[in-house]
Amino acid sequence: MPIHSPEKVWWKPIGRQERIWFWVSFVFVIVMFISMPIWHLLADQNTPHLSYRVTPERFTAIVSEFTKRYQVGSENGIPIVHPPAGEIYLLARQYQWMPILELEKGKTYHLHVSSADVNHGFSIQPVNMNFQVVPGYDYVLEITPPDAGEFTILCNEFCGIGHHKMSGKLIVKE
Amino acid sequence: MAQQTLPMRRPVEFLSRVCGTTGLRIDIAAQNLILTNAATAIVFLLLGGIMGMLLGLTRWPEISLLSSVPDIYYRFLTAHGMNMLLYWIIFFEVAGLYFGCAIVLNARLVMPKLAWVAYGLMVIGAVMSNIVVFMGEASVMFSAYVPLKASPLFYLGTILFAVGALIAVILFFATVVVAKAEGRYKGSLPLVTFGLLTAAIIAVTTLLGGVLTYVPAFLWSLGLMNLDPEVYRLNFWSIGHPAQQINLAAMVSIWYFLAHITVGAKPLNEKLSRFAFVLYILFINLGSVHHLLVDPGISIPFKIFNTSYAMYLAVLGSMIHAFSIPGAIEAAQRIRGYTKGLFQWLIKAPWGDPGFSSMWISLVMFGFIGGTTGVVMGHEQINILHHNTMSIPGHLHSTVVGGTTIAFMGVTYYLIPLLARRRLVGAVLAKYQPYIYSFGLLFIIFGQMGAGALGVPRRIVDAFYEGAPIEVAFPALADTGLSIAGIGTIIASIGGAMFVGVAVLSLFFGKRIEEGKSILEKQPEPSISAEERHKVKVPGAFVLVFVFLVVFTLVWIGNMLWLGKVWPVN
Ligand code: HEM
Ligand SMILES: [Cu+2]
Ligand SMILES: [Cu+2]
Repeated sequence: MPIHSPEKVWWKPIGRQERIWFWVSFVFVIVMFISMPIWHLLADQNTPHLSYRVTPERFTAIVSEFTKRYQVGSENGIPIVHPPAGEIYLLARQYQWMPILELEKGKTYHLHVSSADVNHGFSIQPVNMNFQVVPGYDYVLEITPPDAGEFTILCNEFCGIGHHKMSGKLIVKE
Repeated sequence: MAQQTLPMRRPVEFLSRVCGTTGLRIDIAAQNLILTNAATAIVFLLLGGIMGMLLGLTRWPEISLLSSVPDIYYRFLTAHGMNMLLYWIIFFEVAGLYFGCAIVLNARLVMPKLAWVAYGLMVIGAVMSNIVVFMGEASVMFSAYVPLKASPLFYLGTILFAVGALIAVILFFATVVVAKAEGRYKGSLPLVTFGLLTAAIIAVTTLLGGVLTYVPAFLWSLGLMNLDPEVYRLNFWSIGHPAQQINLAAMVSIWYFLAHITVGAKPLNEKLSRFAFVLYILFINLGSVHHLLVDPGISIPFKIFNTSYAMYLAVLGSMIHAFSIPGAIEAAQRIRGYTKGLFQWLIKAPWGDPGFSSMWISLVMFGFIGGTTGVVMGHEQINILHHNTMSIPGHLHSTVVGGTTIAFMGVTYYLIPLLARRRLVGAVLAKYQPYIYSFGLLFIIFGQMGAGALGVPRRIVDAFYEGAPIEVAFPALADTGLSIAGIGTIIASIGGAMFVGVAVLSLFFGKRIEEGKSILEKQPEPSISAEERHKVKVPGAFVLVFVFLVVFTLVWIGNMLWLGKVWPVN
């Protein structure tokens, strides 16, 4: 009885049904485990492994340098940049994404994201891919946009009173 | 119910009475502490529930109750998280721990005065944090990620609360040890106490870790030290996740308890059930990085090791219980004569008994929805699709509400007659409460998960993006999901109010139950030898777990296929 001390039989061998279920479950969790390293080897969507330490000041400076260099326009006061494939930068700060990136379909970019103040959440919609943005860390996402179009970037980590207004944009050209 | 042999030696006398239902000897001091902690928990559930209702009505796009005052929404959201996740659950767990050591072991609770000190610290901490949050000085969510700053009193409140809870947990250990020394029980620990012991072991590391996480945050908020944001996140989740395992172990112990008291179920195999609890202790403390899968600064091998190797062996523990408990119920019912077909035992179960229905609903919601989505969303790569979207509240409402909260509600319906010796006021309400509450909850869970799958973020006052620099539009279906969650909010709020109403009224105004009288009308189980019980087959439960495995696999494969369709990223 669960509220009484166990009776003598409790060291008896485990019943057949329980044994079957135990081993089936065991195999299941092992398969689940193996699927992660295997996905790394065989598939293209993996959590990025590269990140550097960077101070918010330094990262902000890098982004404004980058923006000046490749700016091609602006929307609602936010600069639009069109950089070549390679290293690109995105800054999260209360409550903005800077700048608007214009990319080319099928090219591979190393997108560096970091924050100037608190934690933010980098969320590309409607693709629905989500990453954490942490001040002090330059997180490098190697992305290859497969579709052209306009995508929104939302913040999905609570970052303060204007959190629900923190939107940005990513443009992918043919 | 078997007659409990009284202990041989009684070194320390204590004021007690004999329970008419279980024959257990009940320490009056422990009884008062249990009732007080549980009642306090319910007060916080009420407070958190009112917040939950207001949040749910705000996120319902057609109503958008607090949309015009986002500041208030974020205060309430922080309050909801704190009151539900910390205060409601932990006060109740303290009550559960005292029950599991003093009452179940026929023993006295050691140092009841210190237990009151612990209670006082917890109340002061909880009230202090609540005040700061409602004043708007701590709109940082329960996770309080540095460097988003709250008033130092917020961190201090949490520290006091954690220290109080830690004392309570230490008293649990002390009581178990003293009970053994005083010969209050013979042989091994009963399974319920054993399960709570695993909860308590995890609780010690968690509460200590909690203090170690919050003290630096407190000092940082005073400007006395620097704190790295990612180090804080790592520390926070290395306690935040195990904290959920305390809930899990406590909830599973309650399942065993309720299955026993409602249908006379006994564990199929004590060895296996205990082994499953041990898996929790050994492996779950590591399984914390699944909150940080898409974070910078943490290596991939560590992410995989931590979530899978370590966490999945704890998942194995849960899968064992997933069979053991329905199996134990099936065996008990078959012994009682419900042997027809695969499922007569289930159909003839006491569905009108809120203790039983809560237990079963909790088991099914936790297993089929919470467990499967939790494991799948915590898969290293699949997490990219879910991190911080509305799917996360969808998932957590299925574990911590569908599972833990409903189990706690169910056991309350028995604690009141057993310990307060009062009959339930509004027993009819209690009978329907688990169904209404969980029905609303299903809407909330699936509505939130649906909206999340379409990209709607969590922790956001509304998803309109009015006045944002870039216009945002979600698929129309996302709004439908949020509306479904909104309808669920109303239904679940009614169910929640029914619970609080019945519990509070019964505690104060319930009809007195005579000393020494059993609360169970029917004797639960014809006597049968342990040897014979051991031979009962449980084909129904066996089929159920395989249905569960199919659901689990589908959720997992579905997510992998979805993942294969999004942008390549590395
Ligand atoms: C009537 C019942 C409830 C309703 C309507 C409700 C509603 C909600 C809503 C709308 C959110 C916020 C979504 C967002 O903006 O991110 C939320 C978050 C949450 N709920 Fe509930 N809830 C209920 C019960 C509970 C219970 C019983 C618990 C725990 C035992 C709980 C734990 C939480 C937690 C931990 C969060 C996350 C808070 C955060 O993101 O910081 N809820 N709930
Ligand atoms: Cu943000
Ligand atoms: Cu934000």
